[in-house]
Amino acid sequence: MKQVMNGDFAASYGAMSALVKYVAAYPITPQTLVVEKLSELVADGEMDAVFSKVESEHSAMAACIGAEAAGIRTFTATSSQGLLLMCEVLHWAARGRLPIVLANVNRAVAPGWSIWADAQDSISQRDTGWMQVYAEDNQEVYDSIIMAYKIAESPDVLLPMMINLDAFFLSHTSEVVDLIDKKDIEKFLPPYEPKFKLNPSEPHAFNALTSPDHYFELTYKMHLAMEKAKKRITEVGVEFEKMFGRRYGLTESYRIEDADTVLVTFGTIAGTAKETVDLLRKEGKKVGNLKIRVFRPFPQEEVCEALKNAKKVIVVDRDYSYGFEGAFFTEVKSALYNKGVMKPLYGMMAGIGGRDVSTGTLKEIVAKAEGEDPKNPYFIGVKL
Amino acid sequence: MTDDKKVELNKVSDYPEMPVSLGSMLWNKTSSWRNFKPVIDGTKCIGCGICWKFCPEPAIFPTNPPTVDYDFCKGCGICISECPTKAISKVDETR
Amino acid sequence: MNEKKKDLTLSIPKEEIMQPGHLACQGCGASLAMRYALKALGRNVILDIPACCWAVIDGPFPYSATGVPIYHTAFETAAAVASGISNGLRSVGKSGATIMAWAGDGGTFDIGIQALSGAAERNDDIIYTVYDNEAYMNTGIQRSSATPHGAWTTTTPVKHFKKGEKKDLDSIMVAHGIPYMATASISHPEDLIKKYQKAAKIRGTKFLHVYAPCPTGWKSDPAMTVKVAKLAVETNVFPIYEVENGNYRINIKPSKRKEVKEYLSMQGRFKHLTEEDVKYIQENIDRKWDTLLKKEQYFSSKEK
Repeated sequence: MKQVMNGDFAASYGAMSALVKYVAAYPITPQTLVVEKLSELVADGEMDAVFSKVESEHSAMAACIGAEAAGIRTFTATSSQGLLLMCEVLHWAARGRLPIVLANVNRAVAPGWSIWADAQDSISQRDTGWMQVYAEDNQEVYDSIIMAYKIAESPDVLLPMMINLDAFFLSHTSEVVDLIDKKDIEKFLPPYEPKFKLNPSEPHAFNALTSPDHYFELTYKMHLAMEKAKKRITEVGVEFEKMFGRRYGLTESYRIEDADTVLVTFGTIAGTAKETVDLLRKEGKKVGNLKIRVFRPFPQEEVCEALKNAKKVIVVDRDYSYGFEGAFFTEVKSALYNKGVMKPLYGMMAGIGGRDVSTGTLKEIVAKAEGEDPKNPYFIGVKL
Repeated sequence: MTDDKKVELNKVSDYPEMPVSLGSMLWNKTSSWRNFKPVIDGTKCIGCGICWKFCPEPAIFPTNPPTVDYDFCKGCGICISECPTKAISKVDETR
Repeated sequence: MNEKKKDLTLSIPKEEIMQPGHLACQGCGASLAMRYALKALGRNVILDIPACCWAVIDGPFPYSATGVPIYHTAFETAAAVASGISNGLRSVGKSGATIMAWAGDGGTFDIGIQALSGAAERNDDIIYTVYDNEAYMNTGIQRSSATPHGAWTTTTPVKHFKKGEKKDLDSIMVAHGIPYMATASISHPEDLIKKYQKAAKIRGTKFLHVYAPCPTGWKSDPAMTVKVAKLAVETNVFPIYEVENGNYRINIKPSKRKEVKEYLSMQGRFKHLTEEDVKYIQENIDRKWDTLLKKEQYFSSKEK
């Protein structure tokens, strides 16, 4: 069923379609429409779930942890400061191996107060043990949430997953979203049945004091799970395409086969980049785009494969690791180095704090890379 | 989870995904914590159950007279100070 | 031979759910509190425990001394996690088990008060227990807002002992309008158990404040744990009362309240106090007891 809706509503309908039973959330701009929509869906009985309107994002994640540990499928949504407040409990969810799904509206971090798009919030939670997906449009937000449960709940994965969508560019922009019927969802998504859960007839204590004799093995198991998750994301993407006709992988290549210059982008900038590629192709420039959809686990093999023929690679980051460079740039560079793929790499920071990244901006970025040797990082559009 | 076996975790595949308990603490005989042991004199005991009631381990069985579980008694001495008939004595175990 | 002895007198339920081999210090009040609470609640219970002594007492991975499910969680999340367990199970129609947050005073009076207040305001169906040993004992005896005036801790050394009163969290919880708030002491297990049994039958947020002496942090003799706790009740240092739907009932009224000096003198944490300090403490205790009596007088249901 096709409906016109904004990205926040797409996230809400994603949770409803995924048969989520428990939601705990706290409002924050620009995620508020998610909690409002979910409140309405639950209150109207359209969504068969309990929604706890908790007193903070920290408690939202903590409550989801409690419910998920009892074997209940849970969902929450947040943004920016809210995600940062959750940081501690994000770790608890991941090492506790609870396949919670969270929609995060990518918003810049204060100070100064900013409600506009950038990925500093989620990038700074890179090492919490959460899988991270960056969506390009509202359909992808909706579909990714449904796939997320299937991936995350796989017994050999059991990791939480964060679906990121850009503030306003998606959260408050309406697009057509094709919603999936419940009976089809039931065929696609099996019920959540964890091996260990809080159950008085089979009592276990979870997360107890873990000595240096054991902690490392559990960390290694996280590594194995992340590796497995890469496979599951691909498999589930293929299965999803078979049933619903839309394909999602770890990355998405656009006109890169013969490209001399490849842009590497994520989130909504990926959409603008594809348009830019078309414009530049008309000018006779062999440019392509590689969208990185999944940031954790990082698809290093796919990235290397996609970039192996490029003469120049430009990574566009809507985030910054202070004192170094954009986080995606670091990851791409590291992936290429690990595989022995050496080529000129340009790290371009753009769109920070919600500044618009237009086709013009991306053209400027390509021109810059064509005209000079790499001097990373570049701050595109800063009034110098 | 009622036996006193230790759980064998020798390689990664032995481990559960998350830190979840797979056994009780009964392997952990806490008797080594104490330097005296409480000894109940059955002739003075009135069967009031107070020593059993106030044992924090618990390491006193509710027999009459009560019996101390010397595998687990940590020697805190609560039973000795709470016994209304002073039927429990403190026997030194230090060497 | 075969002399038939009568059974031991048992004033509390016989079944032991908590097992020995746990890691509590000798004479630990917190382990007695757990033993009693589980006796009252039985096995159909799910606990969550934030950072506190009990995060250690239950034993390290992969073990657990307590024969019930436990979710160890972050310091400030006891109430929120319990809310999630309770509401999550409700979402699939499995509301049978008692869901209980089990936290120390630091995790309750200080870092966890936001989540506790949130759960209480929503009236989520949980029991929240604070076992109160009046300082951060697990981290090595630092003061909390539950530390009483006059006490030594490692962050309130004797030259600058804790100044200011213990936070009156009981009143804060009552002000939330929750259906049940009660205090209890490990020195009075029958009363404590009755309160847990009552709490388990009430829907909504139940707050139980359990007095649990810590010989390690209070510098008291482990053998005196129960005596110290009993004196806290007999001196009105820790009044035993309950507030059910706004109605106050003092469960134990000492016929003649003992001098606080007797209580203080059993604990090394108070040994630096002067006569004047003790007098000040005594006056405060008497004033607070008076207030409590008035509350009972004005806010109590007529029917018994």
